[in-house]
Amino acid sequence: MAISGAALVLFLLAHMIGNLKIFFGAEAFDHYAHWLREIGAPMLPTAGFLWIQRIGLLVALGLHVWSAAALTIRARKARPVKYAHRKPVQGSYAARTMRWGGVIVFLFVVYHILDLTTRHLNPVADTSKAHAAVAADFGPDRWYVTAFYALAVTTLGFHLRHGIWSGLQTLGVSNARRERLLQGIAFAVAFVICAGFLSVPFAVLTGLVK
Amino acid sequence: MSLKLRIWRQADARDKGSMVTYQLQNVSPDMSFLEMLDVLNERLTLDGEDPVAFDHDCREGICGMCSLVINGVPHGPEKATTTCQLHMRHFTDGQTIDIEPWRAAAFPVVKDLVVDRRAFDKIIQAGGYISAPTGSAPDAHATPVPKLDADAAFEAATCIGCGACVAACPNGSGMLFTAAKITHLGLMPQGQPERNTRVIDMINAHDEAGFGGCTNTGECTSVCPKGIPLETIARLNKDYRQALRAAS
Amino acid sequence: MTDYYTLGDPVADTKAPDGPIETRWERRRFGAKLVNPANKRKLTVIVVGTGLAGGSAAATLGELGYQVKSYCYQDSPRRAHSIAAQGGINAAKNYRNDGDSVHRLFYDTVKGGDFRSRESNVHRLAQISVQIIDQCVAQGVPFAREYGGLLDTRSFGGAQVSRTFYARGQTGQQLLLGAYQALERQIAAGTVQMHDRHEMLELIIVDGRARGIVVRDLVTGEISTEFADAVVLASGGYGNVFFLSTNAKGCNVTASWRAHRKGALFANPCYTQIHPTCIPVSGDHQSKLTLMSESLRNDGRVWVPKAKGDDRVPADIPEDERDYYLERIYPAFGNLVPRDIASRAAKNVCDEGRGVGPGGLGVYLDFAAAIGRLGRDAVEAKYGNLFEMYQRITGEDPYSTPMRIYPAVHYTMGGLWVDYDLQSTIPGLFVIGEANFSDHGANRLGASALMQGLADGYFVLPNTIGDYLAAGPFPKLDGENDEVAQARKLVEDRIEKLLSINGDRTVDSFHRELGRIMWEYCGMERTDAGLRKAIGEIRELKAEFWQRAKVPGDGEGLNQSLERAGRVADFFELAELMCIDALHREESAGGHFRAESQTEEGEAERDDERFSYVAAWEFGGDLPVLHKEDLNFEYVHPSQRSYK
Repeated sequence: MAISGAALVLFLLAHMIGNLKIFFGAEAFDHYAHWLREIGAPMLPTAGFLWIQRIGLLVALGLHVWSAAALTIRARKARPVKYAHRKPVQGSYAARTMRWGGVIVFLFVVYHILDLTTRHLNPVADTSKAHAAVAADFGPDRWYVTAFYALAVTTLGFHLRHGIWSGLQTLGVSNARRERLLQGIAFAVAFVICAGFLSVPFAVLTGLVK
Repeated sequence: MSLKLRIWRQADARDKGSMVTYQLQNVSPDMSFLEMLDVLNERLTLDGEDPVAFDHDCREGICGMCSLVINGVPHGPEKATTTCQLHMRHFTDGQTIDIEPWRAAAFPVVKDLVVDRRAFDKIIQAGGYISAPTGSAPDAHATPVPKLDADAAFEAATCIGCGACVAACPNGSGMLFTAAKITHLGLMPQGQPERNTRVIDMINAHDEAGFGGCTNTGECTSVCPKGIPLETIARLNKDYRQALRAAS
Repeated sequence: MTDYYTLGDPVADTKAPDGPIETRWERRRFGAKLVNPANKRKLTVIVVGTGLAGGSAAATLGELGYQVKSYCYQDSPRRAHSIAAQGGINAAKNYRNDGDSVHRLFYDTVKGGDFRSRESNVHRLAQISVQIIDQCVAQGVPFAREYGGLLDTRSFGGAQVSRTFYARGQTGQQLLLGAYQALERQIAAGTVQMHDRHEMLELIIVDGRARGIVVRDLVTGEISTEFADAVVLASGGYGNVFFLSTNAKGCNVTASWRAHRKGALFANPCYTQIHPTCIPVSGDHQSKLTLMSESLRNDGRVWVPKAKGDDRVPADIPEDERDYYLERIYPAFGNLVPRDIASRAAKNVCDEGRGVGPGGLGVYLDFAAAIGRLGRDAVEAKYGNLFEMYQRITGEDPYSTPMRIYPAVHYTMGGLWVDYDLQSTIPGLFVIGEANFSDHGANRLGASALMQGLADGYFVLPNTIGDYLAAGPFPKLDGENDEVAQARKLVEDRIEKLLSINGDRTVDSFHRELGRIMWEYCGMERTDAGLRKAIGEIRELKAEFWQRAKVPGDGEGLNQSLERAGRVADFFELAELMCIDALHREESAGGHFRAESQTEEGEAERDDERFSYVAAWEFGGDLPVLHKEDLNFEYVHPSQRSYK
């Protein structure tokens, strides 16, 4: 769980930083999108690196979901009879919403790929025009896309807030002295990723990026 | 004060069980929660009904025998307090109180609110000790222990083995209990020779007993009557990682 | 007096060697027969109880290679009430270089016991105390340490040296967990079979030897007979005869009492320790009393109003209308007088009608002066956890209003009579820990109970039991045997009888009433007339119990009411014997204070001429038989205790 999660977090960070390229204009962004396909060239064929990365991500995601499912099944088995009086949350809200949060994020990722990678659900079908696709996607007329995106990213933020800390705890990095610091780091990383991702659609929505 | 109690009644391990409602009058705010149940049981006995079975012994918060989930929270609403030390002044007149047993596959219900917690003993059997047969010990001052280590080991060793951590955990995990012992023994120089085998064996025993996995939700530590910190679980994880590396 | 008992032949401890006391234990070990390792595997030992004594004994016997069967009524061996001991454990390590020695610990313990214990036993205890600390440290017990990494010690009541090792206020818990872990290790190794939620209800004696027990599985209700080559009782004390005590709710005398009925002598049952600093009773619902560490008396001042029935809140009572009675009566020791004296003084002022709180059963323990002198932070650092516990239970803030305290039954020095080998008068029946009578005389010093429990379990019994077992293995037994079948039938009949009364009073109501009688007449102060009255009342109540008690449910499955009923039935019989013992001992000694035997200043007055003996009682129904074991003091000469 922790290791696959760490891989996914690293990807998210890279993805988020890449997204910010949009603030440097359409050309820079499209160039960046194009460059992604050219990494490793000429040793690797076009989009070769991207495919390696995609496979890596798929494996990480698969492991992550598989571990989560295994843990969930184990948890169900460990408590076959439920409490009649549902317990109020004592620990953290983020921790208690990991599973459903994870499912929401997963569904979003599927949508997100269909939208901005394969363009099946995007008004701009030409995959070489990344900037246009983003600008069209989050336009004011398609406010519901932005709303869904915002909801998913916020959920992702909660997921990361507990997930990053929990991963560090599972890897045994945490201890009494570091606990608060690590909690802070987890919050900061989650916040930065969340804010970075949200900045793009809201910039489009408000006309900052055209 | 008067109360409406909804209590889990289950005749034995095979019975299906259900919540049963009782009205109780004249409860004094100075009573402990268990004394309130004593009063109910005295009445049930005289009425010819079966009194409610619940575990308790020392009634001073140290033996770890009492085990009730009160309104969804193991050991009730007061922080760092066992059920036996919880007093009725923390409830209000006319309140409805739901009382249930610890819920976990590893802790099957024996009767009513009584559960079987031998799974914890099994975890200790797997390695929660230092092998020091009687008579084999060197002088107590042969190995000094830094005060900070001794104090931290003591904090972890104050675990009373009540099982509230398992009852509270959404995963039904017993990791806080296991980690408290790993931390206690792992911090003492006497515990070093068996450190690697201990953590692997205890975790295997924990998993075999049917406890769930830990996802660091922190519910356990928030209900722990002795305030065993979540940090102990990080320590367990670190020891586990090191033990795996040493084994490979 | 002879209406109450008859006089039998004297008893003697035939196992303790004569000669220099320093080498008696060594010589006894050398003189004892050994069992060769191959034979140990063929020998089975039953251990009842898993506290400090029982847990450590079962673990150690398992390590030695015996087949051990261990029993406890709790759901896990880790819950035994030793876990609640707070203060510490004494050991004559002399790490402080403050003049301590084995001989001094021996001396302090004999004197603290008011010269009513055996010199040989106490000296052995002092010698072994040193090994106990080594053993516990090796097990990983997290004792308090100093910054240099060495063990910290503190001083405790009745001693002028600093020899008490401790783990915050939870020494009993940490020591018990050490023994429990050692026990679990042996369970995993297969040498110990653990039977939790099992209660011993009868002793099986075959051909004059203790050969097993009858137990009830508390979960299934099944009665079974368990056999062994020797039986060890480590079933604790009987303070719960008072209903309210600092004991755990389940603590009971049944195992000891069943053995007593089968012929084991019961020694000094009237010696009861009453602890002065407990949280007082808050109402009729009270089910147990909570002890607060005696260390509070280091800084708290004990007082009551000067006037009777003064019910003003403490803050409204001006300084000159307060009576700091301990400081007034005992100017030298003040608030730090020993337990028995502090307890009795509290009772006296409450009897005068000057007690405070509900029912007038309490005195103030005031920290205002300490807070003024040291500051609130310093007081909090020292006693914070105790203050918190007090507030949790009473709902009052001890920083702003004085605590209320009252004495409560805490420990029983009496128990089954044993010789130097810890063997009772029934061959093959050994008794260890609080369940036996051996080492504390008429009064136990603080931090000595843990020492005795572990000494018996780790070091004494495992060495002495071999001398008896060397004659084994004894013939195999089964349920067909007449004596076994009889023991089993006794248990079954009793359970059936308890369930068939079907009366109109709960068992708890009888227990409460018994407790009230005992507290009134056989508590802190006892008189000839009071004890006679108590015996009469107990007998009446006992008769009523067997006619009116209501025990719901049946014997199949978990039935906590049935468990309690059996225990209370035995408490009735024990209570009678305690009162008879207290009545016959016309002297004051340690925890036994007879109003007729006090000095002009109101202090306990021993009568060494007439009572320098152990009173070992043989079961005789309404007419027990007294066997005396004379006490000889060769090393510590009896003197009057004075704390003025």
